[in-house]
Amino acid sequence: MKFIYQTWWKVIAVLLVFSTLFTGLLLHVPALPVLHETIRNLYFHVPMWMGMLTVFVLSVYFSIKYLRNGREEDDLAAVECVNTGLLFYAMGLVTGMIWAKYTWGQFWSGDPKQNSAAIAFLLYCAYLILRNSIDEEQKRAKISAIYNIFAFPIMIVLIFILPRMTDSLHPGSGGNPAFGKYDLDNGMKIAFYPAMLGWSFIALWIATIRYRIRLIENKKNAIN
Amino acid sequence: MKKLTFLLLLLLSYTGVFAQSNLGVTMDDTLQSSGKIYVVVAIIAIIFVGLALYLFSIDRRLKKIENEK
Repeated sequence: MKFIYQTWWKVIAVLLVFSTLFTGLLLHVPALPVLHETIRNLYFHVPMWMGMLTVFVLSVYFSIKYLRNGREEDDLAAVECVNTGLLFYAMGLVTGMIWAKYTWGQFWSGDPKQNSAAIAFLLYCAYLILRNSIDEEQKRAKISAIYNIFAFPIMIVLIFILPRMTDSLHPGSGGNPAFGKYDLDNGMKIAFYPAMLGWSFIALWIATIRYRIRLIENKKNAIN
Repeated sequence: MKKLTFLLLLLLSYTGVFAQSNLGVTMDDTLQSSGKIYVVVAIIAIIFVGLALYLFSIDRRLKKIENEK
């Protein structure tokens, strides 16, 4: 776990995102009906979800690891990954709502993508509530690890699979063109891929900071 | 590092190649040409740099506390 104490990848993450502020806002984008300049949100709204996904995947990894070896640190890493993921989740939802207001007409139009994103959000809120409602530490860690492992695939199905199978306004759903189509415009890749990578690592960075604080708190509260 | 810079250079050399297409959609070309979009870019960049530096400083303080133990 030396990796989380190193600085080089944090610098790269910041530089990647920093570059997208310029490439994303200034470079040419394809002129498309309805979207107009808001297509640039692709560089900022979508990476939020990528960042969320990164830390959620990690949290599942740590939950499995906890169940295998029962190390308390792994449980703490899992919960801090979820905490950070929820921050990015909320930012993804809010930015999506603003984008929806100016392209779909309403902040919340009950679109399948929006609804299932809201349900999956509650799913993860329930994880935190479940954790906080169990006092006994090992039981808490074990139960919440199992919950987390089941919550992840349900979240994936809710956000990324179910909306695709019905009519949805969201790109990539219900016969709508996915953003892959716009990615064919090679100019956009210059901003899009660094944004995805950069924000993922920034999410990871915030999670590691939270985890390190948690470790110190945990040490302080331990009974010697 | 040399390889990274080279890679970045190659990536950015792409940017010169733009194919213009117009579907009759009005894009914000005037704002771009008047140059004022750069004000927005500058502000967002400053905010992001500020946040990034803040994160780095938190990281440093945390390292200090960890080393005290």
